[in-house]
Amino acid sequence: MRIEVRIAGFGGQGVILAGVVLGRAAAVYEGLEAVQTQSYGPEARGGASRSDVIVSDEEKIMFPYVREPDHLVVMSQEAYDKYIGDVKSDGLVVYDSTLVEPSRGDVEHVGVPATEKAEEELGLRIVANMIMLGAYRELTDIVSFDSLRNAVMDSVPPGTEETNEKALRLGAELAEGGAD
Amino acid sequence: MDVEDVLRMDRWPHILCPGCGNGTILNVLARELAERFENGDLDPDKTVLVSGIGCSSRLPGYFRLDSLHTTHGRPLAFATGLKTANPDLEVIVITGDGDAAAIGGNHLIHAARRNLDVTVICANNYIYGMTGGQVSPTTPEGDVSTTTPYGNPEPPFDLCELVMGAGAPHVERWTTAHPVQLKAAIGRALDREGFSFIDVLSQCPTNYGRRNGFRDAREMVEWLRENTSTRDEEGKIRIGILRDEEREPFHARIRKVLEKAGGDGD
Amino acid sequence: MRDENGKVEFLQGNEACAEGAIAAGCRFFAGYPITPSTEIAERMSARLPEVGGVYVQMEDEIASLAAVIGASWAGVKAMTATSGPGFSLMQEHMGYAVMTETPCVVVNIQRGGPSTGQPTKASQGDVMQARWGSHGDYEVVALSPYDVQEMFDLTVECFNWAETLRVPAVLLADEVVGHMRERVVLREDVETVDRELPPEGEEVERPFPLEPDDLVPPMPVFGRGHRVHVTGLTHDERGYPCTDDPEVHRKLVRRLCNKVRKRAGEIHESVGYDFIERDSDIALVAYGGCARTVLEAAEEAGVTVFRPKVIHPFDEGLVRRLLDGYEVLVVEMNLGQYYEMVKMALDPDCVHLLGYPGGYPPTPERVVEEVERLGG
Repeated sequence: MRIEVRIAGFGGQGVILAGVVLGRAAAVYEGLEAVQTQSYGPEARGGASRSDVIVSDEEKIMFPYVREPDHLVVMSQEAYDKYIGDVKSDGLVVYDSTLVEPSRGDVEHVGVPATEKAEEELGLRIVANMIMLGAYRELTDIVSFDSLRNAVMDSVPPGTEETNEKALRLGAELAEGGAD
Repeated sequence: MDVEDVLRMDRWPHILCPGCGNGTILNVLARELAERFENGDLDPDKTVLVSGIGCSSRLPGYFRLDSLHTTHGRPLAFATGLKTANPDLEVIVITGDGDAAAIGGNHLIHAARRNLDVTVICANNYIYGMTGGQVSPTTPEGDVSTTTPYGNPEPPFDLCELVMGAGAPHVERWTTAHPVQLKAAIGRALDREGFSFIDVLSQCPTNYGRRNGFRDAREMVEWLRENTSTRDEEGKIRIGILRDEEREPFHARIRKVLEKAGGDGD
Repeated sequence: MRDENGKVEFLQGNEACAEGAIAAGCRFFAGYPITPSTEIAERMSARLPEVGGVYVQMEDEIASLAAVIGASWAGVKAMTATSGPGFSLMQEHMGYAVMTETPCVVVNIQRGGPSTGQPTKASQGDVMQARWGSHGDYEVVALSPYDVQEMFDLTVECFNWAETLRVPAVLLADEVVGHMRERVVLREDVETVDRELPPEGEEVERPFPLEPDDLVPPMPVFGRGHRVHVTGLTHDERGYPCTDDPEVHRKLVRRLCNKVRKRAGEIHESVGYDFIERDSDIALVAYGGCARTVLEAAEEAGVTVFRPKVIHPFDEGLVRRLLDGYEVLVVEMNLGQYYEMVKMALDPDCVHLLGYPGGYPPTPERVVEEVERLGG
């Protein structure tokens, strides 16, 4: 198994953190090979922001950059438009259906109303990234739920653990009913 | 303890020109240190001299103490590492007007702002002596140097105002015509915790005096005596204690950071 | 999470570098913010006070290395971290550290240059600057990590060789490894080396000996009664300025170079290198972040590959032993800097270059293409 994942959105949605958490779950808690990279500088201000993760259960990942993502987890229309063309045909695209209108035909799309549900059910828009991550894990089983939860607990500010875990679980529920 | 005991007498004769003001500074500093080592106010093993580049920056090499002769303009940056890494060291920085105020101007204002606990003795002779008499940031307007043959078109820095503006808590100005007062000033600077700056107006007969109407060093010292005053007098340079306040020194502030982070070892 | 060697983390290379420094015993950091190295300063500012160390953000990079050298003379292991433009500003004090034999570590997370260049992109354009950036003849140690674990491990090695040889040691990393995240074990079993000191309280008669020419003298750090004069001027054995005697200058500079040069082989053996021999006429050479591409490409193309971790001092003998007889392709993110050194060690007609500046390493496919062009 070798999977290239791109998590993208706009600045402030926590897509960088989502990628770091996924990489950490794989590398620290699953013993998999994982590399995370991200956009920096002017590229990372406002606009489209991205966090790339490569996960492998084979040998060390050498070339560290994502070129043709197998999976795209996307939380803004701008990021969708920017990165959708890179995704492998037959690849998986998990999108925040509150903010993104999908357009490409030859990939599998799964819509998750992450931003809407984050506000409605958790009262906190900023955990939409964790809803997306929970949904993405549920759809791919790339890491176990426990590993992902452990990685989230390591990475979020003290006092927010419970909300973040709820968001992960909510994402998993939404994924089950979400396939287009 | 004699003055000879704090000096590297094996390095005599020194490289300074006859009549150089740095001789007075060397003499006064050596006497103050010898006294303090003798009466136990200061531990010679913990006393460090730091300097940059220039004639005055050669002085540390004549003291039988740990001394760091660094690069042009940077002694205060080196001193920042020495003093914060080991606050037990008593750090004395010897610098000149070119070293401190031109190439090292940035380090000077930041060391003053941080209130680094050092004693700075600045031999201010209005000229780049070691390189043969070029204009410096303290050369008076109109004066002649090898690079201002038509007279200096630039206004000079007042170094004391500069460091006071940057927050230095203890600032004095004296001259080589005031060795007794200068010695006392060095003593006060060593007693103060924090950034002490002593601007020492000094003579360079070789590369400044002879181009600007002084026949010899004696005339220059005489000029310094006559044209300075410990009171605000029209047409005279103000000398004396210009500021003497207390401010928490940098290493004490760093200590508080360690306490917050739990790395203070208590 | 822990394994038998220490805490298992998922960190950026820059963060791992800071952790390596702390593990090596670094207790002073002075620096100035600059992309893409700033995460090192940020982590040091949080971590050093926890272990009783001092962090100072200086007014510029010139002051940063000056403060580091000052701290080293106060007896503390010290480091700074920077990138291209900051490394340029530090060159004056690289020379001062060499001349005064001051152990210290300078981390350079290389970015695209010249000048401001590509602040957020990777490069290996400072290979020659690390070696020749300051004026005069000198030698330093420069190590190049290719992953996050090596950002930790080679930072420790930099401290150890800096202390062993009393030289500035450069962690010559790049944005690829500085910014990427990977698993890293924050090893608790690291072997650390401390500089040799003269007996406390003894005045040192000859702190800077001139002979024998490979000698590393004990370091008479300040505040212990050694009463030494330390100067960037050419100095005699006593440490006194001595700028007019050609023989003194020759002996001093020769010793400063030879104490590093003569141990090139030992440094390479101790720090290590990768040499994967395959049945091929072609051998690839790469280091740092770029080596990740090249190791992958070498496997794909079925060719031999050499990855040095030690960039300076260069070990001609080692390169000759490993690579003589191959058509050698050096792949680096510049227009040929390590390449020039390899050419000097081998038949220059057999050494080829894929020079790849621009901000990213070439893809493995691009390297394989080049191997095929060479007939591999």
